[in-house]
This record gives sequence, C-alpha cells and structure tokens, in this order.
Amino acid sequence: MNAVTPQVESPVRPQSANPERRHVSPKVNITENKEGYVLEAEMPGVAKEGLEISVEDNELTITGRRQPDPSANLLYRESNSADYRRVFELDPSIETGRISAQIEQGILTLTLPKAEKVKPRRITVN
Amino acid sequence: MTLTRSQRPDFWSLSPFRRVASLRDEVDNLFNLAFGRLTDTNGGHGSGAQMLEGWYPAVDVYEDKDTLQVKAELAGLNKEDIEISLQDGYLVLSGERKQEEKQDNNEVYRSERWVGRFHRTISLPCRVEADKIKATYNEGVLTVTLPKAEEAKPKQIPISVK
Repeated sequence: MNAVTPQVESPVRPQSANPERRHVSPKVNITENKEGYVLEAEMPGVAKEGLEISVEDNELTITGRRQPDPSANLLYRESNSADYRRVFELDPSIETGRISAQIEQGILTLTLPKAEKVKPRRITVN
Repeated sequence: MTLTRSQRPDFWSLSPFRRVASLRDEVDNLFNLAFGRLTDTNGGHGSGAQMLEGWYPAVDVYEDKDTLQVKAELAGLNKEDIEISLQDGYLVLSGERKQEEKQDNNEVYRSERWVGRFHRTISLPCRVEADKIKATYNEGVLTVTLPKAEEAKPKQIPISVK
C-alpha cells in the first residue's frame, strides 16, 4: 500500500450479511468528523439492557435483543422477531478502548474516537 | 425512417410473480407520490431503490379481551412528530423523521436510515372507543392501545339448560 492512499472504503466497514439469517441487520449511518467516527444503528424495541457491544481484534459486533412480545393475541405482524446483529470491521486508526455507546428511542449511537496520533495536525513550516 | 418492433415479449416482464411484484410496487409508488416521498432524498447517499420503496415502518397488531394494540417500529423520532388519528375504522399513523443538520466537515460513509415522512393506514378488526385511545412511545416503538367498543367485546350469554 502506498503511504498516501485515498481511502475509498468506509473506515467502519460492515461485513457481509450473516449467513445464518437468524438475525436482522440494523440500518446504519456512519459519519466521520475530526475527532472520530459516529455510527448510528436503528434498533427499535431494544432497551439498554438488551444491548451487547463487543470489539475483538478489529471487529465490532453490535447485538440488540428486543423486548418480549406482549402476551396478547397476535393478529398481524410485520416486524421481525429476530435479534439485531451486525459486524463491522474497524479502521486501525480507531482507539477501541474509548468507544462509547448510548441508546435512545431505538437508535444506538456509537462514538468511535480516532487515536491521538492520527488526528489531523497542522505542521508549521519554519 | 425505420420502425423497429420487438419480436417477442420479454419473458421476465410477463412472469406472473414479477407482475404481482410490480403491481405492488406501483401501488406503493402512487402512495409515495401522494405523500411527497420523492422530494425526500436521503442526503444524497441513499440508494435509488430506497427512494422508490418509501419508508414503511413495520406494524404489528395484537388483541386481547378488551383492547387492540397496534405497535409500530419508529426509531429515533420526536414524540411531537408522530400523528395518530382514527378515520372510519382505520387507524392512521403518520409523521416525519427530520433530517439531522449537516455539519460542514463531516464525511458521510453510509446513510441507510430513512428520513422523511411515513404514512400507514391500519384497518381495525372491530369498533373501538375513539375517545379512550392511548399511545406511548418507548424504545423507538409506538404502542397505540384502543379499547374495544362494548358491542365488539366477547360476551358470555348464559344458557339455561332445561
């Protein structure tokens, strides 16, 4: 790889779909700012307690378990009862120890900060 | 001037499954046009297919002895942006997810989430008491509880056996 390669791929790259299909893949938005990356995943029906986020090597896995269904009779269903799950490949520039997460009204927001050394820095010319 | 006429119909375009699918798509598209979906772009990063599909939040309907419960998956909305109404035995859910304000130096890598308006009409299986409908919005799920009208509730009729 060249030292200066324009990065075309997303630094937080979703991996191919889970072949088992026992999970639903949440829709995500991923943006980058100076400090790092922000990943928002749509997981309606998941409370804080139902969330599981793990990082192993450079793989980020988010899993969300839905609240149990009401005990009433089901007449009609469009929602998927499977848990949410999606795996992302993380760019090495992300400082995994400082990843933070919050969930509000079914939107999980992950903040993935860049390591200090890769933040843009202005170099003064003497 | 030449007139070219196709010699045989495209097999796939006549396949019954495709016909059904495309009919459904057309109906959906009409709906989208009617509700202005096509004016909502997904920040320029959404796929074209998304624009044509529209945003149809999943809806579940539950029933118990006294109530109907309608649940809709609507993650990340403001309560104020959800509208609920009852029209001739139909429950109408509509609203809007507002586009987040773009920050200038933010780069967008992926934009799968929907923004814009949605509109769902749910046919209710029985009469309900319109003035006692309640709604809650938690964990991105809207739950509308509709008490059944007295006449729609199951009744036990005592039968005396002679």
